[in-house]
This record gives sequence, C-alpha cells and structure tokens, in this order.
Amino acid sequence: MRKSKMFWIGVIAGFFVMTLGLSGTAVAEEPIKIGFQSDYAKLVTIGPVLFQGFKDYIKVFESEGGKVEGHPIEFVECTHDYDVNRGLECYQRQKMAGIVSLALYGTPHTYALTPKLTDDKIPAICAGFGRADAMDGTKFPYIFPVSATYWSQATAAVKYIQDAEGKENLKGVKIAYLYFDNPAGKEPMGVLEKLAKKFQFKLRMFGVPSPGVEMGAQVTDITRRFKADWVIGHMFGRAPSVSLKELHRKGFPLDHYIAFVWNTFDTDVEAAGKDISKGCLTISYTGLGNDFPIHKKIKALYEKEGKPVPEYFNKTGYYNRGIYWAGIQVEAVRMAIKHYGPPITGETVKKGYEKISGYTLGGLFPPLELSENDHEGGGWVIVYQWDGEKFVLKKDWYKAHRDIIAEQLAEVNKAK
Amino acid sequence: MINRECGNFKRTYQSDMALFPVPLQLYTIIAIVLIFYIIFPLLANEYLLTLGCLIGIACLGAIGLNILTGFTGQISIGHAAFMMVGAYTAAILNTRYGVGFVLCLPAAGIMSALVGSFFGIPSLRIKGLYLAISTLAAQFILEWTVNHWKWISGGAFSSIYTKKPDIFGWIPAAALAEAESMLRYKYYIIVILLGLGVIFALNLFRSSVGRAFIAIRDNDVSAEIIGINIFRYKLTSFAVSSFYAGIAGALYCFFYETANYEGYTIIISIDYLAMVIIGGLGSVLGAIYGAIFIQLLPILLDIFGSWIGNTFFGGAATEFLNQLKTFTFGALIIFFLVVEPEGLNRLWRNTKDYFRVWPFSY
Repeated sequence: MRKSKMFWIGVIAGFFVMTLGLSGTAVAEEPIKIGFQSDYAKLVTIGPVLFQGFKDYIKVFESEGGKVEGHPIEFVECTHDYDVNRGLECYQRQKMAGIVSLALYGTPHTYALTPKLTDDKIPAICAGFGRADAMDGTKFPYIFPVSATYWSQATAAVKYIQDAEGKENLKGVKIAYLYFDNPAGKEPMGVLEKLAKKFQFKLRMFGVPSPGVEMGAQVTDITRRFKADWVIGHMFGRAPSVSLKELHRKGFPLDHYIAFVWNTFDTDVEAAGKDISKGCLTISYTGLGNDFPIHKKIKALYEKEGKPVPEYFNKTGYYNRGIYWAGIQVEAVRMAIKHYGPPITGETVKKGYEKISGYTLGGLFPPLELSENDHEGGGWVIVYQWDGEKFVLKKDWYKAHRDIIAEQLAEVNKAK
Repeated sequence: MINRECGNFKRTYQSDMALFPVPLQLYTIIAIVLIFYIIFPLLANEYLLTLGCLIGIACLGAIGLNILTGFTGQISIGHAAFMMVGAYTAAILNTRYGVGFVLCLPAAGIMSALVGSFFGIPSLRIKGLYLAISTLAAQFILEWTVNHWKWISGGAFSSIYTKKPDIFGWIPAAALAEAESMLRYKYYIIVILLGLGVIFALNLFRSSVGRAFIAIRDNDVSAEIIGINIFRYKLTSFAVSSFYAGIAGALYCFFYETANYEGYTIIISIDYLAMVIIGGLGSVLGAIYGAIFIQLLPILLDIFGSWIGNTFFGGAATEFLNQLKTFTFGALIIFFLVVEPEGLNRLWRNTKDYFRVWPFSY
C-alpha cells in the first residue's frame, strides 16, 4: 500500500519535472512574434492580393530557416474585416501573443490604435496610408509610415504634372482632385492647397461619398464644367474602377489621370476593363513586376512543391506591398537584434526601425533610410502607366517638394 | 425557479409591488453583480477586459436604441450618429477646454439628447418606414457635418485624441503604470455606468413616462385619445435614447482615447438596429443579449475559422474561410430570427419555461 503510494508520487513528480523541463526548453526557443492585421472581406480589390504577398514572403522566410540572426520569428495574423472595434480586439489578441511589431491595415485603425500602441510601446507600420503626420517620429514615436505618405504622394503627383507640362509654374493649368470623402481622402488637401498657391495652378476638389460607387455627377463636373487638364485620384476599394469607367465615358484622356497608391492597380483596371483603362497613370511606393530576387525565390518554392504560383503573384501592384510589409518588419527586428541584442521588446524594435538604412529588398524600392525624426524614409515614389496589358514604367524613383511637406507638418503640429 | 411552481400567493399589496417577487431573482442579481463587478475584472486578462469594455459600451448603446425603437416604436437608423455627437462633444470639451471626464459624460449625453430630439421632430408627423428614412438622413447629415466642419473635426484627420479618463483629476496610479490596470479601470467605469443605465431603463418602464412610451408604440391614436401628449413623449423618448447614445459614444471615445467619426458610420447604426431586433424589441435584457451576440459572434467565428484553417487546411484557404465567416454570420442571424422572431430574450424565456415544467409538462 505504502509502496504503491510512493510509486504514484514518484510518477507525478516525474511528470512535473518533465513538463517543467519541456516548458524550460520551450522558453529558451520562444520565437520573436511579428503581427499583421488583415482583411479579406471588405476591400476585396486590395486585401486578398496584398496579404497573399505577405504570406508568400513568410513562406520564403520560413523555407530559409525562419530565423533572424539565429532567433526564430513567428508571424501572428488576425483578420478584422476592416472594422475598427475588431481591429482593437485583434490587436489585444496579438499583444497577448507577445508581438514586438505590428503591420496595421486601414487608416481608421491607425487613428484608433495610435494611443494604445504608444502606451504599450509596440511599434506599428502603416505603409502608404494615414496618418501622414506620423512621419514625425518625435510626435508619434511608435507609428512608422515607412513609405510615401499621402502628403508625399500629393507632392509627387504635382511634380509629375509639372514635368509632363514641361514647366515649373503651372499657371493656367486646371487640376481636379477626385477623392473618397473620408479622413484618408482629405489628408492630402492641405498639401495640395499649398502646392496650388505656390505653383499657381487652379485646384478644385471633388469628394465622392462612401461607398464611392456612384460618381457620375463629380466626373461630369470635372470634365464639362471645370474642364480639368489633369485629375488626381485618391480612392479605395470599388471606387477607383468606377472612376476609370466614368472618366473614360466622359471622354477624359486617361493619361492625364494620375492616381495615388491605392487607386489604380491590376485588380482595379481589370474591374474597369483593360481597354477602357488604357493610359492611366499610377503612383506606387514599391516597384511593380515579378523579376525581383524575392519573386524568384517564391516561384522556386512553389515549383519545388509542384504547385502553380498563386493567381495574385502577377498582380504585383498590391502583392509587392505585402512582401514589403513583411520584409520591413523582419528587417527592423534584425536591426534590433544587431544593435541592441536580445531580449527583443517593442522598444528595441522601435529603435531597430530607426536604425534601418539602405534596405531595398533586392531593389523593390529605393534604399530606405529611417531615423528618430523621420519615420517616412524620404517619401520616394515611382510612376507607372497601364498600356492595356501591363504597367510600364513612366517615371523612375523620385521625391518632390519636401519643403511644402515640412511646412504642412509644422502647421499640423502647431494646431495640436 | 424552485419556489415558484406552487404559484405566488400574495397576501399584501407590499408583496405584490415587491421588486423581486421570488428570492431567486434577488440571488441572480447578486450573482451577476458578483461575477461582472468583482470576479470577472479581477481574473480577466487584457484581452477579455477589452472585450468586456467593448460589449459593455455596446450594451449601453443598444439599451438606448431599444428605448426608442423597442418601447416607443420609433425606428431609428441614426443611432451611431447620435453616439458620434456624444463622442465629439466629450473629445472637444476634454482636449480644448480641459473639462474632466466626469463632466464630459453628462455634457455628451445632453448634447446628444438635444441633437436627437431635434432630429426626432419629424417623428411627430411620420412613422414607420418613413421615419426610418428621415433618421437615415440624420445619420448622413451628422456624418457630413462632423467630417467637414473643421472646428468639430479638428482638421483633415477628423480625429481628436483625448486625455485618459480621470475622476475629478484622479487616475489610479496603477492604471497609469500598466496597460492591464488601465483597462480594468476603464472596465469599472463602463460597467458601473452600464449598471446605472440598466437600472434607469428598467425603472423607466415602471413609471408613467415609460408606460406612455409603450402606449404610443402600441397605438398612437389610442394613446392620444386617453390623454397622452404624443409630442412631448415622442421627443422625450428621442432625448432619452440619444442621451444613452451620447454616453455610449463618449465612453467609446475615452476608451480609445480617440474620437474618430469612422467608428460611427451607417454600418454601425445598422449593427445597433440588428442588436435590438435580434435581442428582442422592447426588453432591456434583450438589448444586452443582442449586443453580446453581435459583438461576440464575429470574433468567435474568426477564432473558430482560423482554427479550422490551421487544422484542416494548413493555413491555406484563408480567403475562402473569411468569405464563409461573413456568410455564417448572416446565416446565424437569420436562423435565430426564424427560430424566435421575438429575439434572444424570448428564446431564453421559452427555454426557462420549458425546463420549469420538465420532465412533466402539462
């Protein structure tokens, strides 16, 4: 009797020691967690394509060992269906998982989560969407736009028009700004107004109310009454394809329609009609096409598995951005480990972001330089044109009118 | 339950008017208070506290809408807009005029009540679907105003960052030091206000004002004939409902520490309408069930969906599963409404009734 009791105590003790030992080793191998929020249901022209790119980057990363400087990395996804409350819920879930960096998705989410991220000291990227004033690292220490903000896109669009018109002063030129009537759409207005004043072009803004599938009135106004020479488009989701169709129908030359980064890519021109969209211009903050080294790796990986590459592999407008969002976070963690060493926390990764220098992901974008003050990295963009079959390079990497952006930033900061 | 089967025999007027005719009801209330005011906040982690806060605020908003739609019979598709009024009122007072959180709350409620009763004026002439359209217009007008009036929106970003909620300048030191305590502190603020909201709403319908609301819902002509001032009570109903909305909006704003109008769009209004319809029109508890259902279901579906995706598809098929999730959400709403058109509250009562006489039903 006594013996058997001792036996069972021994078994239980042994079990505990074993689990402790196991959990001990598990703690030692605990991966560094990187989070990203996704949406496949709301903005269907963007989300599925973009996050396929993100996941394919992860696939390549994991096939290469899934480690950065010897430390394993794990990606934590959460889908919020573009709902702000769900975004917060996702963030809490990801924070519980222990993320040290987060890729946000959606301007309203960025607005809503900024106070929490700052309190929790977890850096987050909002690449290519709001808020633009987060480029000032001293005011928003934990938010990283890490690519051309809406402000930079606005200056770039005007710079393109200046070059196309062949003159610095745009007196007599009429530019229409066709935008989605929400905070994201209104963000570049201040910059555009300042540009209009400086370069003396005539600017008029045409808001398209949500959900943006009806803009006949606005486009008629642009083409018939205002008689715009150029249109700058800034819309999301279904709206861009509608704008292409409407402008085409009203006889507006689409090679004078230049779009911001969420406006005109493969899925959008397909929805509008490939022929109809011929000639339209688009700004991007990653290069297009799939000849970059990372794409070759992705292709090789799928070939090795004996599977075809995903359908979205060729829609590189948004697909390449997914790759970028994943890559930049891994790079930040790499910098954090290299300069500050483990343990890796949100704070060290934040400093890691600020140490990023000369990062290009094999030429996908120009060398990215971030610093404590500049969380944007210069605001470089590239312009492509749709030729009916594919996007062709129209204007190589450039940035423009940084003085106007500095002025706008100072003004916004002063108003706070 | 246990001591009800023989019937309630009341011998005095006092016992007839008792708040809790059966002791079990009192015990239930005590249990709920214990669970949601003491046990849950002390045990829950950050994630659960966040959910608790979000659901608590939604409950308060849904109760507000149920007062208007469920009890007074006035359909409103502008509830989120009234919440937005509360949120921006609180944010503007807090950031620009340095008003503390405690005073911001009633101010937000009153502002919202004023705006709500203004947009309630059409209800005096129109009802039913026509009123729905007119409140829909209110939603768009308010959204547009907040988005375009620079003084309100504070510039192109249309978002205002508030301070942390303080009680006359006091914030618990632990809350400032640690995120989890901050959430616990916010949770307490929310559940205490929700408790007050529930008590007020329950008592409202024991009073003559509440009875007048119900009379108007059941038949406004008859109500007028028996001497109820329709003008006054309809507007009162709009005001009370919007007051709740304003408080809920202000709480949202302080919970996020941001007022951003994109959190109060038409979709959110429809969500609230769905909450009260699914929960049960004309019942305070129904609003709470509905709010929990609408807030929690997509999250559960998401967790379940990603579990299925990872277990059976190895992380692939995400896009398909996400579409399926949206589909399931809609299908479940239809299912519950078909099973019991009077909502979750009725469903719960039916279940209780069934088990009361089980296994010897008569």
